[in-house]
Parts: sequence; structure tokens; C-alpha cells
Amino acid sequence: MNKRIEEAYAGRPRRWVFELVIALITVALLIWSGTAVETSGTTQNGAKIAWNILAGIFHPDTGLLFNLTTQGVPYLLLETICIAFLGTVVGAVISIPLAFLSASNLTPAPVAFIGRLAIMAIRTVPAFVYGLMFIRVTGPGAFAGLLTMSLCSVGMVSKMYIEAIEDLDTKVLESLDAAGCTSWQKIRYGILPQLMPNFASTAIYRFDINLRDATVLGLVGAGGIGAPLIFAMNSYRWNEAGAILAGLIVLVLLVEWISTKIRVKLARG
Amino acid sequence: MKLYDRILPPRVLELPNGKQILKYRSRAPLWALAVVLLTALSVKVTGFDMGILAARIREFFVILGEMLPPDWGYLSQVWQPLFDTIKMSLLGSAIGSLLVVPFAMLASTNIIRSRLVVSAVRLLLSIVRTLPTLVTALIATYIFGLGTLAGTTAIAIFTFAYIGKILYEEIETVDMGAFEAMEAMGATKARAFVSSIVPQVLPSYLSNCLFCFEGNVRYASILGYVGAGGLGLILNEKIGWREYSSVGMILAVLFVTVFIIETISRAARRRLVQGGEHE
Repeated sequence: MNKRIEEAYAGRPRRWVFELVIALITVALLIWSGTAVETSGTTQNGAKIAWNILAGIFHPDTGLLFNLTTQGVPYLLLETICIAFLGTVVGAVISIPLAFLSASNLTPAPVAFIGRLAIMAIRTVPAFVYGLMFIRVTGPGAFAGLLTMSLCSVGMVSKMYIEAIEDLDTKVLESLDAAGCTSWQKIRYGILPQLMPNFASTAIYRFDINLRDATVLGLVGAGGIGAPLIFAMNSYRWNEAGAILAGLIVLVLLVEWISTKIRVKLARG
Repeated sequence: MKLYDRILPPRVLELPNGKQILKYRSRAPLWALAVVLLTALSVKVTGFDMGILAARIREFFVILGEMLPPDWGYLSQVWQPLFDTIKMSLLGSAIGSLLVVPFAMLASTNIIRSRLVVSAVRLLLSIVRTLPTLVTALIATYIFGLGTLAGTTAIAIFTFAYIGKILYEEIETVDMGAFEAMEAMGATKARAFVSSIVPQVLPSYLSNCLFCFEGNVRYASILGYVGAGGLGLILNEKIGWREYSSVGMILAVLFVTVFIIETISRAARRRLVQGGEHE
């Protein structure tokens, strides 16, 4: 028995050359990237600054946190939720035709390839560039933020929709065909039930991410909670930043908890 | 839901054996109603106006038009920030994903029995995960000064939180037989973890790290906006000066880089996942 185990162990696949090469490449890359770290900018009292920041953040400005006017955290959070929600809805709706066009099992290969390239291009452009472009269209404010969110959502959502479409079980469609169903019936009973849970789950997941990314929009003045947060931090008002961050963290955790519940329910049917 | 069933009573179907079953009405209208109400609220709050959009959407393509064709003469100045961005994301991803391993171990219910430790570590991971990367980058620039070190820190923190959650979920689904056997033979928890659980989670862990790295390259280009080095720095500058053809060049370079990195990483990940299945 032991001998057989030893024989099997001696005959195990040897890939150490391959593994060594990969390891060497990885280490070389890491050393190369280590050159980017320059510590010259580090201030002597970095630890003190960090302590001050933390002290400020953990003593949030409660006046701002529970202020019910349009300047207060609750209203800003509501605005952020609205931007993220509508952005997700618009993005998800735009993604549907785009994803069907770029799914390699439905469209000819060249069309699908161009579609994928376009989706990747949309994903590559950083959000604040879109933000600046949309501000020219609508002026600064929540509207611009909403349009930016929609475009950013299209990039990721359509990519995941494509994967869902390519995973479609075509046997169901064939049997519906055999039963003499019309195209419309095939879509209603063959395609929609397969795609809906997946699409809904992706959209909810993206809503989660959009809520998190809302701070990015604030950079360019595209509405939501980002702008006041960045302003507060740039002017070292850490109490205010703490209040806004506290609100944002609680909201994101809450939404994540709910969205996980819904998505688990969707996945189990 | 009881009220809903009373308003729209379930359909009663009779089976051939005389048994009656209830077919409840679809809940879809409720969900649709919720979505419509939320959309209406959002339209009101954000001031969404189709008219403005239709009338002025041309403005969006004005900048896009100015980006094309990109200014090739600017290409020589893009390389340095581009490499900075790649270095930042590579180092940040590596640090974050290595640092999180012990925390992920502490957050797995099948390894640590104490509910208190598990919930504490999970809460920590959740809070770190909700911190916006821009905020951590901005704080890092106050501590480390402007530059790539701040960006690396921000990316490491993001990777830490992202990989942490995936990793502890992964660890919780492994086969615990080998781990228990090793513990029974007197191995310490850490030793048993390395020998029995690491081989099971390693392929998917590496695959997730690569995926996170792909995303980080893209995200690192934003961080320059708060002064944390890389492409974002020159991107912000060129947008400020309205040199859109240079912006186009930067974006084109970023696109090609992301495309190359994604292609390599996708090939590597496919290999990792398949290797895990065969062996």
C-alpha cells in the first residue's frame, strides 16, 4: 500500500520549470513596480496627521448628520440614492439591446467583436471624464451625475448580460420549437424566464456599486454626496467629512445587506 | 403578502386525483410598482429632463469629436504616468491581497469557532469595503504626500477589502475533511490551513487577485485626480487646459493597456480554473 502511494507520488506531474518561470516573472514585476514608491513626499508628522484625521472622523458633526434641510446628510444621501437608482435603471435598459447585439451565439462574429470592443471602450474611460462631458450638456448637478452613472453602468452591466445570454440553455428553445410555439411564445416562455433573474441580480449588484462610486461624481460637481465630502476633506473639516462618511457607510452597508438578500432569493428561484 | 393574496386570490387547480392546489398570483406587479415609484421619485429629485437631453446631447459629442484624432505627438509623455499607474496597481494589488489572507482566515466560521472574532473581523472588512477609494487616496496623500505611494496605499486598501470578502466566502465552502484530519494528528491551525485549505482555494484566489488587478488598473487612472499619481494626474491637467486631443491620446493608451492586461489575465484565469478542475 505504502509503496503504491510512493510510486504515485513519484509519478506526480512535474511542472516546476513552468512554475519557476511564472514565479520569476511575478517577482521581477513586483520589484519593477517597487520603483514607483517614492517616500520623499512623506511628511515627518504623517502619523500625527493621520491621528488628527481619525479623531475628526470619529467625532462626526452631529448637526450636519441630523440636519433635515437640503444641505444635511439625509437629503444628500437621498439624492445619491436617486442618482444611483435611476442611473442603474437607465444603464440596464440601454445594456439589453447592446448585450444582445454583442452575444457571440446570436450575432455574427464580426458584429459581436465590434460590440464587445465598444463596451470595453465605454468601460475604460474614467467616470470623471464622462462627468465633465455631461456637465456641458446639462450643467452641474444631479442630472449630470445621473447620466454619468448610466454610461458607467452600461460598461459593466452589458458585459455581464452578454455572459448570461451566452449561457442560455438552447434545448428549451428547441423543445418549444418542437411543440410548435411562435417566436413570441419562445421569448416569453423560453428566454425571459432564463434571463430575468440574472438580469435583475446584475442590476441590483450594479446599484450597489453605483452607490459606492457616488463620491467620484462629487469631484466634478455632478451632484450627490461626493462634492460636500471632497470639499470638507480638502478644507480639513474632518468633523464634517466624518459625518458624511458615517452616513454613507451606514447606507452602503444597509443597501448591501438588502441587495444580498434579494439576490440570494433570485438565485434560488 | 397575505393581503396581496386576499386582493388577488390564488387560482385553484384540481389535480386528476381530486387534490386541490393553489397557484399563487405572480408577485411581479408588486416589484414593478416599487420600481416605477422609485423611478418617479428619482426623476423628481435628480431633475431628469428628456427635453434638455434631446436638445443638448450634441454637446456631449463635441468633446468626443475634439478627442479624435488623438494627438500622437503627446504619446512620448504618456509612458511615464502609464507605467506609474501599472506599478501602483500591481504593487497595491499584491500588498492588499497578501495582507488580507490572515484576516480572511479569521473571518471564516469553519476555521475560527469563536463567533465574536468572526463577526469583529467581518465588520472590519465591511467597513473598509465601504470606504470610497477616492477618500482613502485623499487621506493617503495627506500622510504620504502627493505621489504614487498614496495611490498604492489606496489600491492596497481597496484590494484588501475586496479580496477579503471573496476569500472568506471561498474558504467557507472548502472540504474540511483534510483540515480536521491534520488537526486530529496534532498540527496547529496555521499548519493545517497551509497544507489542506490553501491548495483548495489557491486557484480561485489567484484568479480573483488577477481580476481585481484588472479592475485596479482602470481605477488607478482616476486616483490621479486627487493627486495620487499616475495617468489621472495628466488626464486632469489636460482636461483643465481643454487639450482634448491629448486627453484622447491618454484614453487611447489606457484602452490599449487595459485590453492587453485583460487578455493576458483572462488567459491566465482560464488556465487556473481549468487546472483546478482537472487535478
